[in-house]
Amino acid sequence: MQKPVDNRAWFLVAPVFMLVAFNAILPLMTVVNYSFQDTFSNNQFFWNGVQWYVELLDPRSELGERFYESLGRSLAFSAIILAIEVPLGLMVALSMPKRGAALALCLMLMALPLLLPWNVVGIIWQLYARDNIGLFGWTVNAIGIPFNYTNSAVSSWVVIVLMDVWHWTSLIALLCYAGLRAIPEAYYQAAKIDGASRLLVFLRIQMPKLQRVLTIGILLRFMDSFMIYTEPFVVTGGGPGNYTTMLSINLVKIALGQFDLGKAGAMSIVYTLITLSVCWLFYTVITTREGKEGAAS
Amino acid sequence: MAQIQLENLAHSYLVNPTQSWQWALKPMNMTWRQGGAYALLGPSGCGKTTLLNVISGLVTPSHGRILFDGRDVSRIPTEARNIAQVFQFPVVYDTMTVADNLAFPLQNRGVAKATVAARVRQVGHMLGLEPIMNRRARGLTADLQQKVSLGRGLVRSDVGAILFDEPLTVIDPHLKWQLRAQIRRVHAETDVTMIYVTHDQTEALTFADSVVVMYQGEVVQIGTPQELFDRPAHTFVGYFIGSPGMNVLPARVEGDRAHIGSQVLQLAQGIAATASDGKMEIGIRPEYLRVERGGRGLPVQVRRVDDIGRIKIVHCLLEGMPIAAIAGEDAEIPADGVMLVPEQTQIHVYCNSHRVE
Amino acid sequence: MPIELQAVSRRVDAVDHISNVSLTLHEGCVNVLLGPTLAGKTTLMRLMAGLDLPTEGRIVLNGVDVTGRSIRRRSVAMVYQQFINYPAFSVYDNIAAPLRTKGLSKAEIDGKVRKAAQLLKLESSLEKKPLQLSGGQQQRTAIARAIVKDAELVLLDEPLANLDYKLREELRVELPRIFDKTGSIFVYATTEPSEALLLGGRTAALCEGKVAQFADTAEVYRRPLNRITAQTLSDPPMNFAAMVAEGDGRVALHFANDNASGVVPFAASPLVAQLPPGRYTVGFRAHHVALSPRTTASVKVRGEVAVTELSGSDSFLHVDTEGGERWIALLAGVHERPPGERIEIYLDPERFYIFDSRDNLVVAPVGPTAKMERT
Repeated sequence: MQKPVDNRAWFLVAPVFMLVAFNAILPLMTVVNYSFQDTFSNNQFFWNGVQWYVELLDPRSELGERFYESLGRSLAFSAIILAIEVPLGLMVALSMPKRGAALALCLMLMALPLLLPWNVVGIIWQLYARDNIGLFGWTVNAIGIPFNYTNSAVSSWVVIVLMDVWHWTSLIALLCYAGLRAIPEAYYQAAKIDGASRLLVFLRIQMPKLQRVLTIGILLRFMDSFMIYTEPFVVTGGGPGNYTTMLSINLVKIALGQFDLGKAGAMSIVYTLITLSVCWLFYTVITTREGKEGAAS
Repeated sequence: MAQIQLENLAHSYLVNPTQSWQWALKPMNMTWRQGGAYALLGPSGCGKTTLLNVISGLVTPSHGRILFDGRDVSRIPTEARNIAQVFQFPVVYDTMTVADNLAFPLQNRGVAKATVAARVRQVGHMLGLEPIMNRRARGLTADLQQKVSLGRGLVRSDVGAILFDEPLTVIDPHLKWQLRAQIRRVHAETDVTMIYVTHDQTEALTFADSVVVMYQGEVVQIGTPQELFDRPAHTFVGYFIGSPGMNVLPARVEGDRAHIGSQVLQLAQGIAATASDGKMEIGIRPEYLRVERGGRGLPVQVRRVDDIGRIKIVHCLLEGMPIAAIAGEDAEIPADGVMLVPEQTQIHVYCNSHRVE
Repeated sequence: MPIELQAVSRRVDAVDHISNVSLTLHEGCVNVLLGPTLAGKTTLMRLMAGLDLPTEGRIVLNGVDVTGRSIRRRSVAMVYQQFINYPAFSVYDNIAAPLRTKGLSKAEIDGKVRKAAQLLKLESSLEKKPLQLSGGQQQRTAIARAIVKDAELVLLDEPLANLDYKLREELRVELPRIFDKTGSIFVYATTEPSEALLLGGRTAALCEGKVAQFADTAEVYRRPLNRITAQTLSDPPMNFAAMVAEGDGRVALHFANDNASGVVPFAASPLVAQLPPGRYTVGFRAHHVALSPRTTASVKVRGEVAVTELSGSDSFLHVDTEGGERWIALLAGVHERPPGERIEIYLDPERFYIFDSRDNLVVAPVGPTAKMERT
């Protein structure tokens, strides 16, 4: 949409611009700078060209191996939680009460996990899932399933996936709920008259109308889970072994644990590019579909 | 196919209505014959939508019964009632093609494939949807979408009644003419009972064989368009139907003469003296007032002439009271000395707002 | 204090929403923008309000170029199809809202609010909240708020569309009176020809982002300069038929399917007889179709009734002519004709609008006023 032109408006943007520059552009440039250099102690830097990138993207090198493994884990994690949270959130939204005190209670309970800080969620689950004193871990062991996230890869993944599902399914559910509320009553009435089953109402009315909010929900959850750091760090610290070392955790290990700023810089840039390109993909999908609709109607 | 009967039907959203205004629908008895075209006409808040919802099953009436072909359906849900509905805003299944939209109600009822295809073709032809049968319903213009939703009702051979809830609200004026004619034509071809709810008199009158005029939860008159126009039973009907509405003037009626201020009107026939207790009024439609210069009639003062193309609406003052008359497109309205000459048989007498025969 | 649009265009994503519109709108009478959905009415209003910028052209208000000026610095009031009021304020405060930001004294505000309320018959509802009111009163409140501002420009975008038919009718009669009493420029968008005719004033017929004609409403109705305008201003829609002039005074209607009865010669008026040879389009309004000949010159056309609609006082006959055209006849009184009945209808050549091959008007019926002068 076009707005009237008044060049003085630029002055109003200046503070934001400076803030962004200070906050984002400068640090990013620093990272870019690091990624082309090698460093030893005493803040000594040496030009290293694209060597870090070559190494990073080469699966045979040590760095490349770590990168691809953790990237794989991150992607797998995102895929798993999306596969659980989206259908689950949808189901919750579909079965939520439509009005009254029950609705208010429902909304409040669902909003609760969303309000908790990440590290608190991590600590809750760290305790909850312990095999000795955690209610969850103890119960699972009690019914005869061996469960210990400190030494079993499967257990540790179960914990971090459950934790994310617990933390974020509400978001999908709330988004879908809002989307469902926006469907006029006449559609349901028409479906009744047409004799449509509950499943067909879902497929032919609710799903098409929810497409947009679902796309946004999936995008949000992908971005968030792909960059997840705090919770697995608090619960498993990336272990056992490297089984829950996500890309983000790996990055921090390299940067702060080994102080390999060059490698970490290169990894950061590639990480950012992956995230950006997924965003762009989503954005294009959304806008082209809307564009098509707009042109048709 | 269904005949619809309302037996002592009434509805209140309150548990124990005591006051008259607490009734959304006041008790009514009515029989709508199978295959008829009916309209429910009235201003917003008159109860027409509540009545429609009672028929469709969305609202369970608090009192009385509703019968389809003699079967009590008052407490039967919408889906079991064999009705179809066209809503104010088009309701179509966006992601499906027009043909799939039309087939949808039949497929849900497990009708054989060949029958579905044949019915869909037939209805598509009837509504002139053939060229777009394979297009997705999303992105069609509003009038086409309304046709699709009408079609979903028509494909069902078991459909007892089709309900229309102000279906032309979002349609452009020119297309309204086509869609209206098409709905009427479909009615003639299919013999399905149709009930059309609207606040627009033109839509109601042109659609229906029988129009039910509602006002404050009550049916004030049921009649053919012509009856409503020529014999409005209630001053509200006179006002609501016709544009501009009927002129209603307070009067003193003695035998076959009506006194409006100092003016005297000769009535076609006298009314019984007993009927003249209460508030007496005279009603004359603007269409039945001829504008003349001089001659015998009601002397009026012309305030304004609205030239609306086909006709001219002459707004006048009679003894200080506003009165409107309609003159032809080519008529010349003199500035003064204007007389309104009423058609004697079209002067109605009202006592407490009800027409006196 | 006119607002002038000078060769204004607006393009979005290479699609023309408004193309090359020049209009000068004055205060003192209502300016109607008439056209179907998507004709560009709302876009034009947004341009006038300063909500959107024209891609080309200038907007001049009272001699000053305001093209790039933001809406906050223009004196504009808008009324929408939806009833937009402050739900938590009383009607009084709703009307007073635009005045409170101007820093007027209490007494001044009170005076203006009461005057506007009186004009819109809201005196008895001043203390109520908008949602306690009927739709008609809610919209009256919105209109009162728009006029109390004394804005230079008041834009009404289909303000009556969401109201009941009868309420619409009442407001249509009252609105011109309100428009006359204030010094603002009123612009009124509608899709309905009958609304434009009732409001009077001046009408711009819009079609696909272009202004087909702009003149006094009665003039646009009686002398539409082109076929699009004639179409836009007719309700029921205008009927059309093809006509061929031989050039020697002989003219005939030519119907779509060209069988023997497809050519109907008729006695041309002198103006029509003088037309150069070629193909033309004849247009005539529904109420100028009759079931019996009015004059010896009447043109007889055979057809079949498709649908009859009765409106109490009038009948609308949808007729499929032998030539394959679908016409609508508006007849006074009740004419119940069953579908499929074969009928003869009569057209009055004196009522013909004749458009050339480029759809521009070449002959209009002799106007009723002109006729009066002659007799």
